[in-house]
Amino acid sequence: MPMSPSPNLPPDKQREMLRQMLTIRRFEERASADYHAGMIYGVVHCYIGEEAVAVGVCTALDPGDRIISTHRGHGHCIAKGANLNRMMAELYGRQTGYCKGKGGSMHIADFGIGMLGANGIVAGGIAIITGAGLAAHMEGEGGVAVSFFGDGASNAGPFHECLNIAATWKLPMLYVCENNQYAAQTPASATHALSDVAARAAGYGIPGIVVDGNDIVAVYQAAIRAVDRARSGGGPTLIECKTYRWRAHTERRGQADPREKEEVEAWKQKDPIKLLERQLRDQGDLDDAGLQAIERDVMAALEAAVAFAEASPFPLPEQATDDVFAA
Amino acid sequence: MRELTYNQAAVEAVAEEMRRDPKIFYMSTDPLPPLLEEFGDQRIRATPIAEAALTGMAIGAAGSGFRPIVDWRQVTFCFVAMDQIINQAAKIHYMFGGQVTFPILYRAGVGGGTQIAAQHSQSPYSMFMNVAGLKMFLASTPHDIKGLLKTAIRDNNPVISFESNRLTTRKGPVSEEDYTIPLGLADVKRSGDDVTVVALAWLVHEALAAAEVLAAEGISVEVVDPRTLVPLDTETIRNSVQKTGRLVIADEAGPTAGFSAEIAAIATEDAATFARLKAPVKRVCALQVPIPYSPVLENHVFPDRNRIIDGIRAVLQGQRSVAAA
Repeated sequence: MPMSPSPNLPPDKQREMLRQMLTIRRFEERASADYHAGMIYGVVHCYIGEEAVAVGVCTALDPGDRIISTHRGHGHCIAKGANLNRMMAELYGRQTGYCKGKGGSMHIADFGIGMLGANGIVAGGIAIITGAGLAAHMEGEGGVAVSFFGDGASNAGPFHECLNIAATWKLPMLYVCENNQYAAQTPASATHALSDVAARAAGYGIPGIVVDGNDIVAVYQAAIRAVDRARSGGGPTLIECKTYRWRAHTERRGQADPREKEEVEAWKQKDPIKLLERQLRDQGDLDDAGLQAIERDVMAALEAAVAFAEASPFPLPEQATDDVFAA
Repeated sequence: MRELTYNQAAVEAVAEEMRRDPKIFYMSTDPLPPLLEEFGDQRIRATPIAEAALTGMAIGAAGSGFRPIVDWRQVTFCFVAMDQIINQAAKIHYMFGGQVTFPILYRAGVGGGTQIAAQHSQSPYSMFMNVAGLKMFLASTPHDIKGLLKTAIRDNNPVISFESNRLTTRKGPVSEEDYTIPLGLADVKRSGDDVTVVALAWLVHEALAAAEVLAAEGISVEVVDPRTLVPLDTETIRNSVQKTGRLVIADEAGPTAGFSAEIAAIATEDAATFARLKAPVKRVCALQVPIPYSPVLENHVFPDRNRIIDGIRAVLQGQRSVAAA
């Protein structure tokens, strides 16, 4: 399957996108393994297979732009530039983690880089990031806010309330639906009257765009148009990225996964990382040595993150009562 | 001193703070005309009736450097926003390791006595008190609501201002000086020696009226108004009970797991206070029912000065019985 043309994406930028997608994948492979090894607690939701959405959209953003994520949040953190050491330390429940061990996988945030948090409640982040969009609008400095959410969240009230407000007030927002076809175990076909979430944009008078969420260039091109529109006062855009998660809803042992093996395998053939790798090779912008160098960098950063996490102290028990209120 | 109504004092607090800090803005389904006139429609934003969105948007705006005020108007209307209040606003500072602050004021009318039936006559503050991460207060006078609102707007946490529907037009003295009232500081509205009445909002006034009636009989009643529900000024309450040895708690909410239960607990679980109690604690609360419409029914459900007087008489007659063993 040929990818979208990319005149505005120089090879360096494409290689960086590849590196980020690989970072997300390797981070999560490690997180899954360490979870099953008992080093990571609670629950982990893997984003593997959907990496092109986070990286494609975040590549279209400026550092000062803000995003919010979901329970499946590692990819958005990494794509927005989060520190792998502090991410892994948080998963390990350590004092040096982004949330000092109070959040875990479902609640990593880094407000300093405009990452307003993963969020354990489906649709829970949409209103929060719309408030950040209102803040950007009132600041008047061209900032943009991006809400990442799934197909499941598109059926919840806040999605509709916020699209209406953002459209009415022309807020500089991107609503990016990662339609991975399943809300936990339930197929979207059982819960959506329309096959395209993007079609709902018409009800709010804003553009609704469907893109192949595994084609990172297509995602980027849709995002950059929506960002331009938002920065210039044109208001929000709803972008639906059709994609798929390779792993079960969570990494819990015995997690039910009703999906057909053939369906999962068919999506794995559309691996967003392989697609970009092939494109770079076809363009003559990547060879084996170049790919190996990227892989080496990614693994070195990941190993350093794990080492940092392992070497970090656990919080003191009495720190459980810190930060209930701010000073 | 000049007099303002409870509502006027609240609006004055908001206006003064908005003049002081340009990062404050206000979202409400029906903006207040004087605020809209002074600050314009960008800072006083008329919103759709979409409380879940507004409540959450305040969190995102606060985390982005603004100081939003969301006026739910009635507490009733915030129940559709419970995810944003309980799962998000209350927890986000803690859950993210305290990395940023979320200065937000939510305003909500509470209480009954206005014949608008069950859905619009609620006093659910104990539901919110039960959630870690939210501050909240319920003022009884124009002076108090102004000072507490100004503090709440300057606080770096989500704060809920519960505002008594019965008191909106009640007048009281309000200083023209710039003042604030700290959160977590109770106010002894009347000093007395024989019994402590801890009361909130409208029932502070009913308790004061009851105290006046009983004073004629030589009974000296102390009325303590906690004002802030979280953080609660346990010290002032315990000191009062240690002095009088008797405690009546008056609340427009029902008794079950309520504010009144919390006050009873802080008095009885403290050894020094418990040792001074001369009689069982008495709660004077609304009946545990949805609030009915017809005045005959509604008046039966709510406590008032007469029931407070009955409660005071009961604790004055009561005593610590020697255990039946």
